[in-house]
Amino acid sequence: MSKQSKQLSEEKLHAYVDGRLDVAHRAEVEAWLKQNPADAARVEDYRQQNDMLQALYNPVLKEPIPLQMHPQARHRSYALPLRYAAMVGGMVLSGILGWSLHSNVEQNSQQPVMAMVNRAALAHVVYTPEVLHPVEVTNEQEEQLTKWLSKRLGNNIRAPHLTGAGYELLGGRLLPGNQGPVAQFMYQDARGMRLTLYISSKMAGKGDASFRYAKEGKIGVFYWIDEDLGYALSGELAKPDLLNVANAVYQGLNQ
Amino acid sequence: MDNMNANIIEQIPRLRRYARALTGDSHSADDLVQDTLERAWSKLYMWRRGSDLRAWMFSIMHNTFINHIRKNKIVTVSMDEDVLEVPTRATQEDDLHMRDLTSAISKLGYEYREVVLLIGLEQMSYEEVAKILGIPMGTVMSRLSRGREKLRTLMAGESAPVLRRVK
Repeated sequence: MSKQSKQLSEEKLHAYVDGRLDVAHRAEVEAWLKQNPADAARVEDYRQQNDMLQALYNPVLKEPIPLQMHPQARHRSYALPLRYAAMVGGMVLSGILGWSLHSNVEQNSQQPVMAMVNRAALAHVVYTPEVLHPVEVTNEQEEQLTKWLSKRLGNNIRAPHLTGAGYELLGGRLLPGNQGPVAQFMYQDARGMRLTLYISSKMAGKGDASFRYAKEGKIGVFYWIDEDLGYALSGELAKPDLLNVANAVYQGLNQ
Repeated sequence: MDNMNANIIEQIPRLRRYARALTGDSHSADDLVQDTLERAWSKLYMWRRGSDLRAWMFSIMHNTFINHIRKNKIVTVSMDEDVLEVPTRATQEDDLHMRDLTSAISKLGYEYREVVLLIGLEQMSYEEVAKILGIPMGTVMSRLSRGREKLRTLMAGESAPVLRRVK
């Protein structure tokens, strides 16, 4: 096609907008656009459409992936998809997921707590195997991390130091919980064993400060309520070992 | 299997981005992604190892999307409905312009919307889009051309009828 062509094909015009032409064809289109302001205006508008689409929707890429989209969640929910199960409520869901509860307290007051424990264990299973991005913000930015989480949870959130118990803070992330955002901190020991501490706000009056224990498969969870924050420490540890760490967490938080 | 898990998880952010733009609201979008993932898992044995997993998952999302439209889970206009409503723009401010874009996209027939988004947002090649949607290249090009022009007209707030070009 010569530069004097009477018509620029639609195909070429769009390929130009999308940056899919080689140098020679690009030059040809540019020469045409100089002579044809109406087409030049279209190209400008189409490019702007692309830019605006990117500006509008690229932030979705950075949103945390909902828990129920993780394959681990899928495998765990067996016959009933998790999102339907979640609607039925905490206690039923616990039953489906095979929780064995040792406590015999009233069911009503325990529902939000068990829902928290359940999500904590799920979040543990989902995020601890991550190699590249186990946490959203690493321990190098601990101060910003706790500030950010405190702001989002509307509470003073701290990551207790567990060095005495043999665990180093890896970092943390913000997750969607049943009642607004929740925080997850991840710790690792010298062997690479990982623990997670899940913190949920708005738990006032939902339980007491004593430690309780729940277990599913290999994952043990110690959980308790302190003031209006709910805590759940999850790990694949024997109960006494996990209890040691839970004590360290409690002390770290109340120093 | 763990490797496959990781490969599929890697696709989720882009599937969510595309679904958000396609459906216009985050609830329907995540519903669409969730159904797409479940279909992908159940059909995983059909995926040819070494072939493009992303393209495969986007084509599953396309089929799921069409299903959702048929079941009226997603409200959308079809290709042949004329776009009569024209947005009025009060100011030239950027965020309003952005809002115009979302509303303009929602007025676009879904066949156009898919092509415009796969190319403009997902930056896929025309060949990839043809494969994902199962349509010839020529159809991709004509939908792209009509879709972009419709969007442009809607955004400019020009008066309907929109693009009545007779070939």
